Amino acid sequence: MDNGNHHAQQLAPFHGRTDEASHRGGRVGRPLARGRVGDTMNFAPVTRHDEGAISIEDLTVAYDREPAVHHLNGRFEPGSLTAIVGPNGAGKSTLLKTIVGVLRPDDGRISVGINSRRQIGYLPQQADIDRTFPINVWDTVALGLWKEVGVFGAVSADQRARIQQALATTGLEGLGNRPVGTLSVGQVQRVLFARLLAQDAKIILLDEPFAAVDERTTADLMNILTRWHAESRTIIAVLHDIEQVRANFPTSLLIAREPVAWGPTDTVLTGENLARARALSHVWSDGHFHSHTTH
Amino acid sequence: MDPYGLLIEPFLAYSFMRRALVACLALSLGCGPIGVFLVLRRMSLMGDAMSHAILPGAALGFLLAGFSLWAMSAGGLVAGLTVAVLAGVVSRATTLKEDASLAGFYLISLAIGVLIVSKKGSNVDLLHVLFGTILAVDNASLILVASIATITLIVLALIYRPLIVECFDPGFLRAVGGGGSAYHIAFLVLVVLNLVSGFQALGTLMAVGLMMLPAAAARLWATEVWTLSLIAIAIGFASGIAGLLVSYHFNLPSGPAIVLIAGLQYLVSVFVGSRGGLMKQYFPQPHYHN
Repeated sequence: MDNGNHHAQQLAPFHGRTDEASHRGGRVGRPLARGRVGDTMNFAPVTRHDEGAISIEDLTVAYDREPAVHHLNGRFEPGSLTAIVGPNGAGKSTLLKTIVGVLRPDDGRISVGINSRRQIGYLPQQADIDRTFPINVWDTVALGLWKEVGVFGAVSADQRARIQQALATTGLEGLGNRPVGTLSVGQVQRVLFARLLAQDAKIILLDEPFAAVDERTTADLMNILTRWHAESRTIIAVLHDIEQVRANFPTSLLIAREPVAWGPTDTVLTGENLARARALSHVWSDGHFHSHTTH
Repeated sequence: MDPYGLLIEPFLAYSFMRRALVACLALSLGCGPIGVFLVLRRMSLMGDAMSHAILPGAALGFLLAGFSLWAMSAGGLVAGLTVAVLAGVVSRATTLKEDASLAGFYLISLAIGVLIVSKKGSNVDLLHVLFGTILAVDNASLILVASIATITLIVLALIYRPLIVECFDPGFLRAVGGGGSAYHIAFLVLVVLNLVSGFQALGTLMAVGLMMLPAAAARLWATEVWTLSLIAIAIGFASGIAGLLVSYHFNLPSGPAIVLIAGLQYLVSVFVGSRGGLMKQYFPQPHYHN
């Protein structure tokens, strides 16, 4: 057994609770060639060609040895706007979390073409956030500046202006002092988008950005996505609404733990492919139920 | 009796009352914000468990060196940190969640503590360790309590932001590479330190009272972490002053008196708290029409 596999087996049962700091420290700038199987992420020296790209080689992520993402290969091109589609439990969120670095691959490798972690923006599912926590809208949006401001730095006048701008863009002007707990689901989603705007990331990963959000909010947030796309940021969104994907996302990845199809949306979201994804999902949802695999 | 005799004279007349008062105020400064974070992290009962875990360390210290402040504090600190770390390790390495593994270790620790005290000490000693004697606080204990409060406030200021983010949106901190575990451990150390500080004054059983009751009460009055902390500190102050006066005038044990006054404020907050108290829910004010 090689080193990487050994690592993976040890850590598989406590996904997401492992000490991220310890295994991530010192990864930045590590040459791509030295990355091992089992590494969370390699920050390759970025060339023009790779900047903003995410390459995935034979990626497998498992919960308790049950794969949630199985042998995935491919590449998110720089500046691409990709929807990840698939049945519940297909490994969509798992894939995002692995790219972000919250989960570790059990096998294979992800290379992200960025120079620093600051350049990845991540929108978690709202269920992952404690919405009753006493924090106001302004402070939440200011979290987007984390990598610039850090644990103890002050927010400069310039950064204040950026936060104000982000609030205005998301239609939250004047709500800065409101506790997040008093907002509707749609407003919270606007707050999280404002945080991403403040973060100004090169790569933006969105986990079900439009879940339980009304039409008007969806349209407003979709506008922001389109703007990011025009600014040639790399955007990946986990979505369930096939029509919405067809209308707005040029590229799609259809997965059901195994990759089903990846490419231009009209060639991916065919009736045949969707039927295949459904058939694959019956294997795990009918056969034996694993509560952990739906993340 | 006049207000002066009721409220001021006990403190002016007796130095043990003054020292007890200062100890209470210092305790509230550290324990208030720590309790607020425990409440927000849904670890309210963890403080209680940890306060029990401290017992065998304090008892061992007592056996080795008698009523030595430093021996008992150091013993309590070591026992508390050991239980916290073991519980953390087991919850990460097995399928047990943190609360279950903590329950396991603190019960073992508590049983060892009771065993030591009952085998080697007298019942009076056990009562002292369990219930403390704030009226017997000497200058050395005061300095210890004040130092721990100072350290707590400084460290909390330093890790304030990551603690909040780790609580509010743990995925975000990990996504930006923030390293949540280091802050969690620093926080656990602060919890144990404050419980050691509290057991000097209130005993291991009551120490957690000044930590959790003001924090839980404050949660019903404020909507931001810093305002919650200030309110928790204020409730702690009020409990200390009122508790000592009640204990003085009615000749009651001071520890339970202080904790009961804090408990009273908690109950009042549950009923009339402006943020989700019962009154607000059952007698809502007319809503705005705008």
